[in-house]
Amino acid sequence: MSDIATRPAPNLLASPLVKFGLVVAAIVAALAIGIRFDSSNTLYAIFVDPFQQMVQAPDLLVQTIWEGLVAGVLYALIALGFVLIFKASGVFNFAQGIMVVFAALTLVGLYEKGVPAFLAVVITLGVMFVLAVAIERVVLRPLVNQPDIILFMATFGITYFLIGFGEALFGGNPKQMIADQLYLPKGAIDLQILGGLVSLQKIDIAAAVIASLMIGVLALFFQYTRIGRALRAVADSHKAALSVGISLNQIWVIVWFTAGIVALITGIMWGARSDVSFALEIVALKALPVLILGGFTSIPGAIVGGLIIGIGEKLGEFYWGPLVGGGIESWLAYFIALGFLLFRPQGLFGDKIIERI
Amino acid sequence: MLYREAGQYKSSYAADMAIFPLREDRIGIAVILGIAFVAIPFFGGDFFIASVMIPFLVLSLAAIGLNILTGYTGLISLGTAAFMGVGAYSCYKLTTFFPDVNIIVLILLSGLFSAGIGVLFGLPSLRIKGFYLAVATLAAQFFLQWAFVRIPWLFNYNASGAIEVPQRTLFDIPLTGASATPETRYFVCLGLVVVLTWFASNLVHGKLGRSWMAVRDMDIAAELMGIKLLDAKLMAFAVSSYFAGVAGAMMIFFWYGTAEANDVFTIRLSFNILFMVIIGGLGSLIGSFFGAAFLSILPTALKFGLPALGIPLTGAAAEHVTFMLVGALIIIFLIVEPHGLARLWQIGKQKLRTWPFPY
Repeated sequence: MSDIATRPAPNLLASPLVKFGLVVAAIVAALAIGIRFDSSNTLYAIFVDPFQQMVQAPDLLVQTIWEGLVAGVLYALIALGFVLIFKASGVFNFAQGIMVVFAALTLVGLYEKGVPAFLAVVITLGVMFVLAVAIERVVLRPLVNQPDIILFMATFGITYFLIGFGEALFGGNPKQMIADQLYLPKGAIDLQILGGLVSLQKIDIAAAVIASLMIGVLALFFQYTRIGRALRAVADSHKAALSVGISLNQIWVIVWFTAGIVALITGIMWGARSDVSFALEIVALKALPVLILGGFTSIPGAIVGGLIIGIGEKLGEFYWGPLVGGGIESWLAYFIALGFLLFRPQGLFGDKIIERI
Repeated sequence: MLYREAGQYKSSYAADMAIFPLREDRIGIAVILGIAFVAIPFFGGDFFIASVMIPFLVLSLAAIGLNILTGYTGLISLGTAAFMGVGAYSCYKLTTFFPDVNIIVLILLSGLFSAGIGVLFGLPSLRIKGFYLAVATLAAQFFLQWAFVRIPWLFNYNASGAIEVPQRTLFDIPLTGASATPETRYFVCLGLVVVLTWFASNLVHGKLGRSWMAVRDMDIAAELMGIKLLDAKLMAFAVSSYFAGVAGAMMIFFWYGTAEANDVFTIRLSFNILFMVIIGGLGSLIGSFFGAAFLSILPTALKFGLPALGIPLTGAAAEHVTFMLVGALIIIFLIVEPHGLARLWQIGKQKLRTWPFPY
């Protein structure tokens, strides 16, 4: 670290692939030796047994991976909202999770008041737009040019406000998402795979399809529209974007509104799987490891990160969880992300961090 | 007129380096300590002391801990509550193993365990920076919270799964447990907070504090100037977690009395302490007290203050309004004074210096 001058010429070990290969080889060798002398079967239970289970009951493995995939898609959706806002305004938007809850609650609340389902969707979109404008006017505009952590804290303020506001308007009880009225499919498809039954919930398939569609639409929007170009310009550099006449305020409203739409879709999907309640807020925290795994600024990163975290934590919980008493889902995601971060501090797809004095 | 440094000459380096170089400041701190040690226990009722002052003191200490990490060293942490939990559980285990050792000594010792865990979770900070690190500290929060529930050894295999604070005495006066009076608990808390604040103040004004601030402002530049990043960052994690651990132990032993990790050492507490640090002022010890006062007293004040003002609020509605008000106040404060209450305090002092003839 300190002796840069005396560092030898580039060696073979500097190549990450070689390093990784050596580490893996060392771990495998250590295990092979360790298991011979392992009297209490701990190593066996950790490193051999789960894989044997996977091979012996491949249908269970497929089922677990599928569940992880679905959870991952939903994490990715929440993370997508974060990334959109972070890219365009540099704000680490903690309120995305509560925006999901708020959007879903508004939708259900409107429907309960007797508004037809699809009209309720339109009105909810209107509410999210008003919210975006309000946040831009009241919170972001006065805080332009403040350090990141101040803006981060401001989104906390938004979170608290929305929790109180949402509970005051709609009450704290869990609500049923109006899945039928929105023509979302329900029930399950049972597939005969690898000698066992694997049941796929139709709503999960729909979620995956809708998520892919939305990501595709967003990609097209970013790539080919005028506003999309402006958004990318702002993401690259605020100052340069301002100097060519792009209105930052307008862009921020658009971005927060887009994040609001993403939040609504996430809310509908997640709400259809379970209830609509403020417990979703905790789920939103799961989007954070997804974010750091993928990198704060990368949309593909959010998706890949979501899938890795979703599948990783379901596999971990199912095969390794019982060894330590279960419930490891609450923290495993963070450790997976940490593991990746130690090798790539900017996340898998994040912009390379360049530091200058 | 009242607050002026004119005419106060310093004739030694020690006087120049003093924490409170002005006579008025020294008088001020003496008055504050006087109020804290004499007036509050004398005039304050049991309710005021037990549910306003003790939480305020405990949270201030935790906020000082986080301020050392976030305000002075620039490392964001969202795991404060977990480190407080480590302090609480290790104090509980220590007092189980050594029932005869004074509880105050054990509380101070339990911070060391917390410091060790803090260093462990601080290791990634060398490679991970900014918000990435904040998320990494969430790993500590959720893992430790899980461990508090899943490892029954930590709570002595109680059926309730909670810490049940035993009675511990000093000179036959019960300090902890059900029979300890709020006044006793308050005095112990106050003593610990005053001593530890003095310790923190000396730390941040010394060599270590300066190296922390250099790391905060730019870590690469600090490294080039010869500050060892590994030592400085891990030391910040250790000291910060020590304070958090002591605060956590105090929280259980002097405030709650009994606690389950799932209700107390949650992510929400971590966030609240981060709020206190930011609203109070990053990199300011007195700001930690302001922030803790603001956020620990505000909900109570709203709960009892609004009905007194003639705004009738009941149960659930009051809670919702409190949430909304806290959220709105956080945003307003950030807009009005992003540098926190400590900056307002500084501005006030500056104004007072030139009063009544401002230039």
